[in-house]
Amino acid sequence: MAKQRKIALKVPFVTRLEGEGALELSAKGDTIDKLYLKIFEPPRLFEKFLEGKSYQDVPDLNARICGICPMAYQLTSVQAIEDLFSIQLPDHLIQLRRLMNLGEWIQSHSLHIHFLAIPDFLGFESALSMAKQHPQVLQRGMQIQETGNALMTLLGGRSVHPVGLQVGGFGRLPELANWDAARQQVDQALPAAVELLRWTASLQLPDYSHDFIWVSLKHSEIYPINGGDITTSNGLTLHYWQYPDHFKEHQVRHSTAFYSLLDGKDYLVGPLARLNNNVAILPDSIKQLVNDNGLVFPNQNMFTSIQARAVEIILALTEAQQLLAEPCPTGDAHLPVTPQAGECCYCTEAPRGMIYHHYQLDDEGRVINCTIIPPTSQNQARIEQDLKYSVKKFGLNNSDDALKFFCERVIRNYDPCISCSTHFLEFKIVRK
Amino acid sequence: MSQQVNPTKLTVALHKLTSCSGCQLAFLNQGATLLELVELVDFKHFIEAGLNHPDEKVDLAFVEGSVSTPEDLKRAQQIRQNSKLVVSIGACATSGGVQALRNMADGNAWMQAVYTRPDFIATLATSTGVAEHIKVDFELWGCPITVRQVNHFIRQLLFGARPRPEAEKLCMECKRRQLVCVMVTQQAPCLGPVVRTGCGALCPAFGRACYGCFGPSEQPNCHSLANRFAGLGLVPREIAQRFASIHSHSKPFRKESHHWQAIEVKEIE
Repeated sequence: MAKQRKIALKVPFVTRLEGEGALELSAKGDTIDKLYLKIFEPPRLFEKFLEGKSYQDVPDLNARICGICPMAYQLTSVQAIEDLFSIQLPDHLIQLRRLMNLGEWIQSHSLHIHFLAIPDFLGFESALSMAKQHPQVLQRGMQIQETGNALMTLLGGRSVHPVGLQVGGFGRLPELANWDAARQQVDQALPAAVELLRWTASLQLPDYSHDFIWVSLKHSEIYPINGGDITTSNGLTLHYWQYPDHFKEHQVRHSTAFYSLLDGKDYLVGPLARLNNNVAILPDSIKQLVNDNGLVFPNQNMFTSIQARAVEIILALTEAQQLLAEPCPTGDAHLPVTPQAGECCYCTEAPRGMIYHHYQLDDEGRVINCTIIPPTSQNQARIEQDLKYSVKKFGLNNSDDALKFFCERVIRNYDPCISCSTHFLEFKIVRK
Repeated sequence: MSQQVNPTKLTVALHKLTSCSGCQLAFLNQGATLLELVELVDFKHFIEAGLNHPDEKVDLAFVEGSVSTPEDLKRAQQIRQNSKLVVSIGACATSGGVQALRNMADGNAWMQAVYTRPDFIATLATSTGVAEHIKVDFELWGCPITVRQVNHFIRQLLFGARPRPEAEKLCMECKRRQLVCVMVTQQAPCLGPVVRTGCGALCPAFGRACYGCFGPSEQPNCHSLANRFAGLGLVPREIAQRFASIHSHSKPFRKESHHWQAIEVKEIE
């Protein structure tokens, strides 16, 4: 029998993630004694500097939590505050927000698939280095990504830290020429996305399926972005207000990010969680595509996340096409706003998973305190559990290089956005 | 490690300190022009894109993010040693970013309020721009910077031209776009007269006041503008907050914000 090898794997930077994190693994024989996804992204203390700020400034500051999903942070706060101020948007503004949201999903998922994930499958260090040999793959990805960016720009002025959203609606409505251009771009991107799905379905995916809980919003009629109940795969259906009753954060020594647990257990948020919960309400045409490509949801193979993202891109483009087929909206860009004091909370689905925001405002609409829980803090415990399970199954007898690459792939399945995982809930210390 | 450097190709690193990663998208969001860019320059280090060689010597290092931890500081110094040119990109790297709002408060108290175990987390008391710690050769301002800024800068270098900072006031760009002035027509507290150009006057185009995401312009007369805000009916606290946003730690905005923060208003019964 071979001697028991002692493994001490330290990966100072896991590449192709948004933000920076490290991995530490130590094991002897087939026993893992330490496995940490270390998030060392510095704290930025959003929840403290938002205190005293006006509700009007909150969306602009919140955007800076994350460069890839700025709108998700803006919109979660905007909707929480609109709830508190009893603002009910007319249909055309709700639709425009959805269109912009779909744009963010399209660009973020496409960025993930093409720049972060695909090099793993094609055997390259980076997307930049595969440009020569696989130009068509990369160009297809860029076309889709640009379409997502165009939708965000149509409504927000730019795709990173957009300026269009405000409490009560938008700064202005889109212009007709831009509306028509966006429709054309979406029309062209849709066949590319169908092609992308087919391509992801043809990949040989590893399978390390195991039991875990998944959590997302769920809605009876429409694929959830904002709206719907928090739904867990172990049977809970919760309103946003009930979030703190079941989800709790704790801090660990090796990471700046808090760990979030659902009734004491790790859980998954993100595209696979969403699709697992909502596959039944996909439009028939997309259900057909999922079936035709031999994909099955729900499933518990995290490597199918890339396919879940491709499905959501098609869903987003299909919906965007329908929204853009309507005449360019006219009417009010925003409603009048009268601030009110009180507490409010909201959940939306960022591309990477559910976000929870809670605010307490004074009667001028200034923040007294707030809580922001991004997807990555919710996924962090799950990523570590997944690694512990899958690495053993993969085989600790593999070389350090093979183990390192395997672990990185597992982590990339979750698309952790580490930049945003660094400012968390203010919680009470219970000292005994 | 042996290193093959094509003498005709500019070698480039992209480093990240404390940030939202949004400025890196000025590279990754380029679409087809990114493929042109990789023909012109040779990326050596760019973790988000998959290239992880932080210590490699390069011609040009872009730095995103502010210096807010001891680790950031160490990395900034290494970047300086390894790079011929250092270019800070974005609000965080040029002036400390939104996280610099803690510089105006008791940063330690904030850490203790957010973290049960602040001792697990090493941070500096302040969040500051890169040029406060190492020599920086050029700065690209903006939150976020744009694709145009990055490519314009790189092309200038490749043509052997000395890049010039774009620091004229946003108002100029806004006028050239023939947008309706939001301060004149809506009495909106627009920072356009003291803010650097580059965004395309986005906020006025959306009918709203500029909130200053490109930082202070050349020769900003912040005090005069702040007085105008007072004339529009803003109370001192609100004026202080206009300047204490994305670029709160930039010198002119910091000064103006401190000035108005210190003024108390008492209601007369």
